[in-house]
Amino acid sequence: SITGACRAIQKLTRVRVVDNSTLGNTPYHRPPKCIHVYNKTGVGKVGDKILLAIKGEKKKALIVGHKMPGPTMTPRFDSNNVVLIEDNGNPIGTRIKTPIPYILRQKEGEFSKVLAIARNFV
Amino acid sequence: RISSDGNPAKFQPPPKPVIIDKQKQREERRFLSPEFIPPRGRTDPLKFFIERKDMIQRRKVFNIPEFYVGHVLAVTTADPYANEKVNRFVGICIQRGGKGLGATFVLRNVIEDQGVEICYELYNPRIQAIEVLKLEKRLDDNLMYLRDALPEYSTFDVNMKPVSRLDHEEVPVNKLQVRMKPKPWSKRWERPKYNIKGIKFELPEKKMKEAQKWSQPWLEFDMLREYDTSKIEDKIWKEVSEGLKK
Repeated sequence: SITGACRAIQKLTRVRVVDNSTLGNTPYHRPPKCIHVYNKTGVGKVGDKILLAIKGEKKKALIVGHKMPGPTMTPRFDSNNVVLIEDNGNPIGTRIKTPIPYILRQKEGEFSKVLAIARNFV
Repeated sequence: RISSDGNPAKFQPPPKPVIIDKQKQREERRFLSPEFIPPRGRTDPLKFFIERKDMIQRRKVFNIPEFYVGHVLAVTTADPYANEKVNRFVGICIQRGGKGLGATFVLRNVIEDQGVEICYELYNPRIQAIEVLKLEKRLDDNLMYLRDALPEYSTFDVNMKPVSRLDHEEVPVNKLQVRMKPKPWSKRWERPKYNIKGIKFELPEKKMKEAQKWSQPWLEFDMLREYDTSKIEDKIWKEVSEGLKK
């Protein structure tokens, strides 16, 4: 079954891994799902860290775009996009092809390495 | 001058030049942006009058071109987090909503197989330029079904050059019938409530007949829902054109 409703990322949302890491791109019979959102509210927006369950492993990830419309002048993506990350904030992949919103540059200190591998910005 | 007869020919005056008065032609066709028309309600018209003054003030400083749903636009905004502080986005206008200063329009494009939509506010001071790249009206007022259509219908080249337009009279209507991805869709576009003419439905006849069950043919005759804007439009058009000329 496919659920509609709360279009930001919360527990048990299926996500799409967007970088070119092996963990994210090898096919598995279950899609990567969010298990926990590191936020006061359980709802994750762009720039929040979440815990993913991929291929039977737990990995942290960063949200780079979701289906929920945000503030005006910010982009809204057609899929919930996520970039795999280590605990200290280093990305696992080496390239990000899909466009990333400029708002992530606000918190440049934490995400500078992710922004460095990104190619397109929106 | 002597004609072949030998007698002097009658003086033929040169043909009169045909003067095409372009200014008159332009005035005949007038376009009033839909956000000027106030919604039906019990609010004081003074509020709309003050809002219109502010909108005219902004339009004098910054040119907002005439555009409809289905046009391809390029919008440059000022962004403190962008590389060159300037962010350019190209996309097709899916819908225009809101009235007054909060009027918005949504642009959609598919970049690197990822669909992106941005909702811009027309009167936001962060917007630095709006260029119309392609002028083309579509069969519908609302192109939200492009989200469920094949991505080729929403892809537009970012470095597209503006298509030149010679005729100042009509905006061409593109009668394109869009092919959809397989169901399920985000909304049931086949239902008569959405009244969409721009999709090529490849559904079986049975499903189309079933969708007609939800039709409400009495709605078009409902007099309480009528909102005749012709007189209001004339008044506002005069106000706006005078305001812009000053």
